[in-house]
Amino acid sequence: MAEFFDQIFVNLKHWLLGFVPAQPDWLQPLATVVISVAAILGVFASLFAIATVIERKGLGRIQNRPGPNRVGIPFTDISLFGFGQPIADGIKALIKEDLVPRAADKVVHFLAPLAMFVPLALTLLVLPMGRNMTAMDIDAGLLFFFAVGAGAELAVFMAGWSSRNKYSLFGAMRAIAQMISYEIPFILSTVSVIMIAGTLSPVKIVEAQQTYNGWLPDWFVFTPWGLAAFLLFITAATAESNRSPFDLPEGESEIIAGYFIEYSGFKFAIFFMAEYFGMFAAGGMAATLFLGGYAAPVEWLNWIPSWAWFFAKTMGFIFFLIWIRGTVPRLRQDQLMNFAWKFMLPMALMTILAAASWHFIPDAFTRWLVSSTLVVAPYLLLGRGLLAGRQIGKRAYRYAD
Amino acid sequence: MTPLAGYLILSAMLFCIGLAGALTRRNAIIVLIGIELMLNAANLNFIAFWRFSEHSEALTGIMFVIFSIGVAAAEAAVGLALIIAIYRHYKTTNVDEVNSLKG
Amino acid sequence: MTISFLIIAALILAASVAAMTLRNLVHCALALAVAFAGLAAAYLQLNAQFVGFAQILVYVGAVAILIVFAVLLTRGGEAPERNVFSGDWKWGALVAALVFGTLAWAVKHSFASDRPLPTKAEVTVKQIGDALMTKYVLPLEVIGLLLTAAMIGAVIIAMKEEKK
Repeated sequence: MAEFFDQIFVNLKHWLLGFVPAQPDWLQPLATVVISVAAILGVFASLFAIATVIERKGLGRIQNRPGPNRVGIPFTDISLFGFGQPIADGIKALIKEDLVPRAADKVVHFLAPLAMFVPLALTLLVLPMGRNMTAMDIDAGLLFFFAVGAGAELAVFMAGWSSRNKYSLFGAMRAIAQMISYEIPFILSTVSVIMIAGTLSPVKIVEAQQTYNGWLPDWFVFTPWGLAAFLLFITAATAESNRSPFDLPEGESEIIAGYFIEYSGFKFAIFFMAEYFGMFAAGGMAATLFLGGYAAPVEWLNWIPSWAWFFAKTMGFIFFLIWIRGTVPRLRQDQLMNFAWKFMLPMALMTILAAASWHFIPDAFTRWLVSSTLVVAPYLLLGRGLLAGRQIGKRAYRYAD
Repeated sequence: MTPLAGYLILSAMLFCIGLAGALTRRNAIIVLIGIELMLNAANLNFIAFWRFSEHSEALTGIMFVIFSIGVAAAEAAVGLALIIAIYRHYKTTNVDEVNSLKG
Repeated sequence: MTISFLIIAALILAASVAAMTLRNLVHCALALAVAFAGLAAAYLQLNAQFVGFAQILVYVGAVAILIVFAVLLTRGGEAPERNVFSGDWKWGALVAALVFGTLAWAVKHSFASDRPLPTKAEVTVKQIGDALMTKYVLPLEVIGLLLTAAMIGAVIIAMKEEKK
C-alpha cells in the first residue's frame, strides 16, 4: 500500500507512455521528456504561487500584521483566507503595461528575463524528488546543477546594463559581485559530501543516506563536518538567491529593486518566478545532499511517500528563508564580501579536511572528536580574529575632496 | 563527409573567425575574445579526436581539454588585468595607439 | 551529419561571427557567451559530459563575466567610435582565409575523411577522477600553482597604485 503511493507518479507516467505509438522510434524518448518537464514545471509553478502567499503572510505575522487575507475564489463568496492572492497577482502582472525605456537596448532587455529563468528552471531537472523520480539521472548531475546555476549571473548583468539606468547598473554590479563571491563557498561546501559519497550524482548521494543507525538516520547533516557544510551551504544558497540578509542588490529601501527597476508586468513576474525557482532548487539540493533526500527521519515513518518527504524538506528550507528575511537586518556590501572570502572560504576548506579525517579514522569516538575539533576550532579562531581586527569607533565623515 | 571531418572543419572555421577578429579589430578586449575563440576551437578539436579514436578509455583528449580550460581562464584573467592597467595609463584600449615604449 | 550537429554548428558560427563584428562591445561579449554555450552543446553531443559542464561553469559563468567587467571598467559601454576595424583589415581577413584553406585541405586529404563511427565510450566522472589522481597528478598540481600565480598576478597588475 505504501509502495503504491510511493511510486504512484512513476506508474502514472508509464501508463501515459502506453498511449504513445512505438513506431517512430524517436517518439517514445520525446514523450518521456515532455511528460517529465511538464510535470516539473506544473508542480513548481504551483509551489511558486503558494510560496509567494506564505512569504507575505509569514512576513506579516513576524511583523505583527496579518498579511494578505482577502482574496478568495473570484466571483464567488468562498474565502480562501488569502491563498487566492496569486490569482490576483497573476492577472495584475499580465495586464500591466509593459514599459521599455526609450534608451534601453531592446534585444538584451527582452532576453534578460528569459536568460534568467531558463538556467534556474534547468537546475530542477537533476533533483531526485522521490524514489525513481529524477527527471535526468546523469553521472555528473551535481556539476550540471552548479554549471547552469552560474549561467544566471550573466542574465543579471544583461538586465542591469540594458536598462541604461545608473541605479540599475549599480544593482547589477553588486549582484554579480555577490553571486560570484558566494559561488565558491557554495560549491566547496558540497565537496566534502562528494568525497564521502564518492560520486557526483545526486541520486547516488541520496542512496548513500538511506540507512538508519540507532535512532538517528544516516544523513550527512548528523556528522560534524556535515553540519558545518550544511550551514555553509544554506548561507551561500541564501546569498546566491539574493535573499535577505544578502539582498542589497535588490534592496527595497535603498535602490528600489536594483537591477529590475525598469521591468514591469510580465517580465518582472518572470524574474520573480526565476528567483523562487532558484530558491526551490537550492532547497531541494540541500535536502538531497545533507538531509537524506526522500528518506524519512525515523524508520517507522516510511509509509509516508518519498516525494512527500522531499517536498516537505524543500518547503522547510523556504520557510527558513522567509523566517530569516523577516528577522535579520541586511548586510552591507563590504560586510558581505568579507564574510564570503575571509570566513566562509577557509571554513569550507576546513570542512573538507574534517570530512577526510572522519572517513579515515575507524574508531567512532576518536573520529567524532577529531572531526568536531577540526570544524569548531577554525570557527572560533576565525570569528574572534576577524572581529578583533575591526575598529568600531565613532562615526567618521568623509567628504568628496 | 564523415562526422569527424565535420567537427574538424567546424573547429577550423571557428579558429579562423577568431584569428580574423584578433588581427583586424582595434579594441584590445575584442582581440582577447578572438584569442579565447581560438583556444576553444582547439579544445573542440581535441574532444572530436578523443571521441573518434579507438582508445577512448585512455581519456587523453578529456585531460588535455580540462587543463586547457584552466589555463585559458588564467590567461584571460591576467590579460584583462593588463588591459585595465594599460587603460589606466594611456586612457585608451585602442591597440593602434599603444605604440610607444616610453611611459 | 545529423540535424542536431548542423544546428549547433550554425549557432556556434553565427555567435562567433557576431562576437567578432558587432560594434557594441557588450553585445560582442554576450555573443561570445552564446558561442561558449553552443560549444558546450557540441561537447555534450560528443559524449564528453564532464568537459561540457565544466565549459559552462568556467567559460560562461566566469570568463564571460570577466570580459564584461573589463569592458565596463575601460569605458567600453558607451557609444562606439567611428570605425571598429583597423585600417588594414583586408590583410587580416586574407591571412585568416588562407589559414582556413590550409586546414580544410589538410582535413579533406587525411584519414579523417573516411573514418567510421566507433562505439560510444562510457566515461564516468570516477574514471576522470582516478586518472587525475594517478596518471595526471603532476599537471594537476602544476595547474593549481599556475592558477594561484595568475590570480595573485592579476590582482597586483590591476591594483590602483598608491599615491605617494
